[in-house]
Amino acid sequence: MATAPAAQPGSARAPRRSTILVATAVMAVALAVAPFLNVYPVFLMKALCFALFACAFNLLIGFGGLLSFGHAMFLGTAGYVCAHAAKEWGWPPEAAILAGTVAATLLGVITGALAIRRQGIYFAMITLALAQMIFFFYLQTPFTHGEDGIQSVPRGKMFGFVDLSNTLVMYYVVLAIFLAAFLLIYRIVHSPFGQVLKAIRENEPRAISLGYDAERYKLLAFILSAGLSGLAGATKAIVFQLASLTDAHWTMSGEVVLMTLLGGMGTIFGPVVGAFAIVGLESYLASFGQWVTVITGGIFVVCVLAFRRGIVGEIGAWWASRKE
Amino acid sequence: MTEIFGIPVQALFGQLLIGLINGAFYAMLSLGLAVIFGLLNIINFTHGAQYMMGAFCAWFLLERWGVGYWWSLLLAPLLVGVTGVVIERTMLSRLYKLDHLYGLLLTFGLALIVQGVFTNYYGSSGQPYRLPEEFVGSFNLGFMFLPKYRAWVIVASLIVCLGTWFVIERTKLGAYLRAATENPTLVQAFGINVPRMITLTYGFGVGLAALAGVMAAPIYQVSPQMGANLIIVVFAVVVIGGMGSILGAILTGFGLGIVEGLTKVFYPEASNTVIFVIMVLVLLVKPAGLFGKEH
Repeated sequence: MATAPAAQPGSARAPRRSTILVATAVMAVALAVAPFLNVYPVFLMKALCFALFACAFNLLIGFGGLLSFGHAMFLGTAGYVCAHAAKEWGWPPEAAILAGTVAATLLGVITGALAIRRQGIYFAMITLALAQMIFFFYLQTPFTHGEDGIQSVPRGKMFGFVDLSNTLVMYYVVLAIFLAAFLLIYRIVHSPFGQVLKAIRENEPRAISLGYDAERYKLLAFILSAGLSGLAGATKAIVFQLASLTDAHWTMSGEVVLMTLLGGMGTIFGPVVGAFAIVGLESYLASFGQWVTVITGGIFVVCVLAFRRGIVGEIGAWWASRKE
Repeated sequence: MTEIFGIPVQALFGQLLIGLINGAFYAMLSLGLAVIFGLLNIINFTHGAQYMMGAFCAWFLLERWGVGYWWSLLLAPLLVGVTGVVIERTMLSRLYKLDHLYGLLLTFGLALIVQGVFTNYYGSSGQPYRLPEEFVGSFNLGFMFLPKYRAWVIVASLIVCLGTWFVIERTKLGAYLRAATENPTLVQAFGINVPRMITLTYGFGVGLAALAGVMAAPIYQVSPQMGANLIIVVFAVVVIGGMGSILGAILTGFGLGIVEGLTKVFYPEASNTVIFVIMVLVLLVKPAGLFGKEH
């Protein structure tokens, strides 16, 4: 019987609620003061968008046990729709971001309904293939402007008065979006819905025999994950004023898997740590060209062979063993 | 000029031929994936990179040491197969007790490493592989010209596919293999070295990918990215066919190649996506795949 990736033997018990709330507050304060500590705001915004993307992905793999290898399609779709709405239709940023998120959610409804018809490895292959289909669509359809992407997307004024062209203002908006989504994910995971999802991950036939409609729970988790990934993609398009094919490419799907794996699948903070680590690594190694791909691959191999709990998972395990 | 459905016959058969060639590669690659999956329960994401390694190996042998095409057909699969054996022994064998998804993640990482290293040294542009002397020219079939090399690829891939099918379904070795797929513990109890069989199976599957790479070298440009997009299409082929049957994998591979070729004639915009669309339809109608078994 296949066990879910997150369910490692001897993994740490879930940390207490107060610990998580304190850690979240520390994270929020650290991120709020970071721009004043000489951390480049553009880097922070990029890392936050990817952190949100990875958290959304983690909702599916870490708590639902479903490995999607096609999450770039949600990031890319939301980015394109948001950029198009803001640039061509002149929508304000909040409406454009909402449009992108809704588009990704709808795509999640369709692709999710298809993909959950198979499990495990097939689920991964199907999501990858569906994402590749979407990628080719964006490559050919005129509104995405092919290799150029949708460029110079206006940031505009949020709610009519928050001027996003100011980088610091933009940063705090991104931070607010990230924190709101982070708390939402925390809430989802700890809701009755999240508990049933974990039950399905651990033992699907048993959950079904208890009367839960496993397919519906998995589909809902997929849609939520798609929508939140879309929120990340749409925000990213406004921040960088660009929607491009990179965000829809399969390498992006691989990247979010790596961030989550490195940070710790099935942990609340893991994806955030993983996203910051990978985005930091990539900007640090930007001048090394293709070696970044090699290093990325190497981290994958090391994580799978020796480090399956990820950074946060290992820390949690160490903490738990120290207490005993 | 003769036309069928308003399409010139030459164009139609030309695309059909391209479709058959693509189908030959889909068939060989999905066959290798199915053989590996059968015994190891791992989807080998490195398959595309190993196909690329096979092509590069042939190119390297020719350019550096003047070793010709025929020797490459033998040497490249062996060399790449050996790297596969090393990967299986040192890494994959540690993952069998874990969730199958870890195998996918590991081989994905390996694919990134291999592709990154090759791209670093050879860029993303392709290297041409000289066509062997004996394949220069084409047969005149009356309604079209069939380049000799393309004819050879179709025939050779059919031989390879059917040979693999024969070994697995009709020989004693294949019987051991099928038994080990069903119940490895019991087969081991009968005195058969199952871990070694698993290692060699992975090596064989990888060798098959490399062989496909050698055969592809004179047709496509030899480039570090040649396997990356192909492997995703092959995944879709595998989902469509289901991995339960060897003949099913072969038939699906060739069939989808032909469908793709025809799409290029009648509706070229969809030729990139037609296989994925078929995958969606198959998932709706028969989720286990055309030749898959419902469990």
